[in-house]
Amino acid sequence: MWTQAGVIPPSEEESLKNLVPDRRAGAPRPVRWEFSFRPWKLVARSAALAILVLIFCGGAHAQGRPYFVAYNHHMEEPGALEISVNPLFASQDGGNDFVANWVEFEYGAKAWWTTEFYLDSQSTRNESTLFTGFRWENRFRLLWQEHWINPVFYIEYVDINDADKIMKDVVGHDTQADHATPNDLARRERKREIELKLILSSNFKGWNISENIVAEKNLSNEPWEFGYALGVSRPLALAARPDPCTFCPENFIAGIEMYGGLGDRYSFGLKDTSHYLAPLLAWNLPRETTVRISPTFGLNENSHRFLLRFGISHEFGGFGRRVAQLFRGGKP
Amino acid sequence: MTRRLTILLLLLTMSVALVAAARDQNAAKKRASRLGSAPASAEARSNPYEGNHDAVRAGQKLYGRYCAECHGKDLAGQRKTPALDSQNVEQAAPGKLFWVLTNGDLRKGMPAWSELPEQQRWQIVSYLKSARNK
Repeated sequence: MWTQAGVIPPSEEESLKNLVPDRRAGAPRPVRWEFSFRPWKLVARSAALAILVLIFCGGAHAQGRPYFVAYNHHMEEPGALEISVNPLFASQDGGNDFVANWVEFEYGAKAWWTTEFYLDSQSTRNESTLFTGFRWENRFRLLWQEHWINPVFYIEYVDINDADKIMKDVVGHDTQADHATPNDLARRERKREIELKLILSSNFKGWNISENIVAEKNLSNEPWEFGYALGVSRPLALAARPDPCTFCPENFIAGIEMYGGLGDRYSFGLKDTSHYLAPLLAWNLPRETTVRISPTFGLNENSHRFLLRFGISHEFGGFGRRVAQLFRGGKP
Repeated sequence: MTRRLTILLLLLTMSVALVAAARDQNAAKKRASRLGSAPASAEARSNPYEGNHDAVRAGQKLYGRYCAECHGKDLAGQRKTPALDSQNVEQAAPGKLFWVLTNGDLRKGMPAWSELPEQQRWQIVSYLKSARNK
């Protein structure tokens, strides 16, 4: 089903042909690039939040995680709060292109425990802009010291509707066709899920190599679904320059990540799954803000052909201490 | 069924956190200095930037970025974090400092800085070793 906003009356169809090129052969029906689709509105709001974050930022430290989907074993520093905005631009076959976004609040509860809260939203061309739900995630380091392989246990509670398109994970038989359902329909179906991950991560000569094994369970009596995410990254320079600089190679981290579904409990494997390969670049700015970008390519016919992920994050060092001070009074 | 499973998993999360926190406190009581727990093999490692003035400057820059929030810009430490301009640090083997920086002290709240490349960790060690003489 298509929303009325996306359907063009036959009389207008001819006159619009020259204005809107039909990108796909055999497309079900032409769609109009309407003013109602304002992905920039969503991005602008997110950017406004990011700017507020930058304006009110306190002392901060730490490098941001370079990956969008994969996790490594590095935790948020205890007491630090990192806020990030992560829009995703996606092309959609058989449906309307969309922008999805997640706002992330990451807090270092302990040196070995990081907790995160996410707010998801999306805006689909010719349809609507929606808040799609929230996620609460916890990561626990399982070993006290660094080893060749460092395991981390991850558990996440997800409460979203079916219109959620942020693609923070790809599991089971997730395909791009799932995102073609119009928002009006998709938003009616609510999903509550538990997601578990075993994160294995290693550092070697400046490289980080991360492997994530994902298991996800929809709590409404659906089977366990599985997925994977792999990531490799490295700073462009390993030693720091003596002088402060913005464009030094040490401030840039380049990498690549790959992720996809592995079917479910009853049909484990690669059949009817989607997979993505995504080069990425992260830039740690001098005021401890991190900017990330990742053009992402679908690897098979079940995947979106192209996604563009973008992220901006800022860390408030000592946030927990300052909040405690508010209640306790006195010096930190 | 769904509600039970949700509650069960949330309880599991909280249990893991509480058990780990209890371990955390007990362990913290037993341990004295993190430098003392560095293995002998760590002590044997030498700083590749020994005597390199640029490395000290780079280390100072990195310290300001990653460490000063907790240990203070002047290395004097804060309420819960130790001072780094102490005799202990000055006399410690560079390899031990490098080991502490790499592994952190997760029980006591110091993060592991293994996300920084080795070279940058050694640059920070160079700065820490030289800081008291300034």
